[in-house]
Amino acid sequence: MYDKAKSVALANMWVAFASFFVAIILGLYQVMNRSGLFPEIESHQLYFASVSTHGVLMGFVLTTFFVMGFGYYTATTTLKRPLWNKGLAWIAFLVALGGTVMAAVPLLTGKASVLYTFYPPLQADPVFYIGATLLVVGSWLWCLEMIMSVVTWKRDNPGKVVPLAMYGTTANAIMWLWTSAGVGIEMLFQLIPWSLGLMDTVDPGLARTLFSWTLHAIVYFWLFPAYIAMYTILPKVAGGRVFSDEMGRVAFIMLLVISVPIGFHHLYMDPQQAAGFKFLHMLGTFAVAIPTLLTGFTVLASLEGAGRLRGGKGLFGWIGALDWKEPIVVAGMLALFMLIAGGFGGMINASYQMNTLVHNTQWVTGHFHLIFAGTTVIMYLAVAYHLWPKLTGRRLASRGMAVLQLWLWTIGMLVLTLPWHVLGILGQPRRISSTPYDSPLVEQWGPHEAAMVVGGAILLFSALLFVLNLLLSHVSKKMDHVDDDEWAVAVYQPLSVPKPMNGFALWNSIIAVWMVIAYGYPVLQFLILDTHGSLAWGY
Amino acid sequence: MHIDPLEKKWMYVVGLITVVMVGSMTYAAITMNLHPPSNVETIDPKTLHLSGEFVEDNLGVTKNADGSLTVRMIAARYSFYPQMIEVPVDTNVTFRMTSPDIVHGVHVPFTNMSTMVIPGYVSEVNTRFVREGESQFLCNEYCGMGHDYMWSKLKVVPKG
Repeated sequence: MYDKAKSVALANMWVAFASFFVAIILGLYQVMNRSGLFPEIESHQLYFASVSTHGVLMGFVLTTFFVMGFGYYTATTTLKRPLWNKGLAWIAFLVALGGTVMAAVPLLTGKASVLYTFYPPLQADPVFYIGATLLVVGSWLWCLEMIMSVVTWKRDNPGKVVPLAMYGTTANAIMWLWTSAGVGIEMLFQLIPWSLGLMDTVDPGLARTLFSWTLHAIVYFWLFPAYIAMYTILPKVAGGRVFSDEMGRVAFIMLLVISVPIGFHHLYMDPQQAAGFKFLHMLGTFAVAIPTLLTGFTVLASLEGAGRLRGGKGLFGWIGALDWKEPIVVAGMLALFMLIAGGFGGMINASYQMNTLVHNTQWVTGHFHLIFAGTTVIMYLAVAYHLWPKLTGRRLASRGMAVLQLWLWTIGMLVLTLPWHVLGILGQPRRISSTPYDSPLVEQWGPHEAAMVVGGAILLFSALLFVLNLLLSHVSKKMDHVDDDEWAVAVYQPLSVPKPMNGFALWNSIIAVWMVIAYGYPVLQFLILDTHGSLAWGY
Repeated sequence: MHIDPLEKKWMYVVGLITVVMVGSMTYAAITMNLHPPSNVETIDPKTLHLSGEFVEDNLGVTKNADGSLTVRMIAARYSFYPQMIEVPVDTNVTFRMTSPDIVHGVHVPFTNMSTMVIPGYVSEVNTRFVREGESQFLCNEYCGMGHDYMWSKLKVVPKG
């Protein structure tokens, strides 16, 4: 037997889900405040502190800790050996946790109401910037752990194929190092020294350019573990096999290579970057839809195979034949459904011209909640249900409650986000706490705002069931010695793959060249142009 | 490497979807000159109120020799100045905006009058309004506790 690093995986997951639960409570408060139906709780100070905290907890804390915890489990059980350096995993956990606590204090006391995208020249307490940076530093240690675990395994197993789940996890670690460099540079060379008073001014144009470097691929950092679970856990639990191991590798490689140099679709409406570079990034943005379309196909094909093995007949009969009492199967199908819905919206946002009509409207908030909460987070929840018995050695308290919870999650998310899409088309800006406009539009917004409160309440109830299930399982006395840590195998499990599909050297060189083309001049231009920095502003 | 024939067909479909979408955007960019606002022009946010294009007297609507209009505005906490703009329908309008304080965003709902306004840079949007009536410039970027109150009026009036 080898050390599966279960305690460090579990510690990371608990931080992830505790943050998730706090963020959901804030979410319900936000829709209530924003709807205008509860005037007694309305407060701009509280609202924007809450939005900032909700964004940081969901976008940085839940995701980073989940990715780290799932990564440790994946590394040990796919490579069938201990982590490269278990001490480092604990250091990563403590650094990231310390950073989170540091950032939480100014966030919760209203000293960092700059939202999770920072928005200089609005200036937050330096402790917030330093804490957020430490969280990222912790994740860099995790990247090192993942990469070294695979490197040492490959050295000891020459010519063998890196298991698909670990190949994807390593791709994610490498991608995160590439993409978090952008926000790292912004923090270390702009926001931290400026907030400490070492610099008088900051250039928001440069800051936004650097943040865009991180801002798109970060969503793939979050999405990767969801895809990994869809490829390598879901088919097995559903009773089938992965339709294609190689196609999974191709998708992971494409996500790694393409997702970093395309951040300018967040800057389409920004004046400080030229149209040519925006167009170039648009091309990459549409290319990055390809691995998602491939993933949708492979995962559905794997599930269809499972459904047919269980006796499903006809064009759609396999769907009914799936095990709809199994949490991860339910989550997988719901996640794919939300991915299709959110994906179409994403293509509108990403389009070079149509973006104008929806930019910074509530449509965008609807879009990313569909993809993030509807596709990514639901898979996190299902993976937690799947892993809890393995990590704690105890039986899951209630599978029925888990299935109900996942359905409620999707329903709540639809009730929340469909009105948001409509509100966006009706012109409502995102990131507002109320609607004091003298405009007939405000009346049209009313019913949709009421609907979103219902969505928020369903989601809080769903999250409560989730946390309760994990807690009850963890303290339960019903032991469940599942030592089945096997991963799904493919219909044709490859005994060898071409070298670039088993490593990353070639892909790193391609990213390096592409990044120089996509971000080289756009960053250097700030040294060439006659730019003027901005003084700090409070809020 | 093993590729299933069904998978191969799907890859063609995916390729086709991508080519059609990117192709239509490229076509619109080239033939209709449709690009997002991207003029990369710098200005000092600390002194723009003292001299130059954005001093108070220069703000508002200016008629150009070719019949088009230029509208100069300041986006600042918590309004777009001047707070009321009147332009004729079906006329080419160029908005030039900048910010003396922090990042703002402006959108007139149902139109393509939309841009971020970043201190240190001048945003320029070319558009024409096709519907008459009163509407609003709404700030769509978080800019502080008064963000919700940041909006101004736009009146699109009959031509002539």
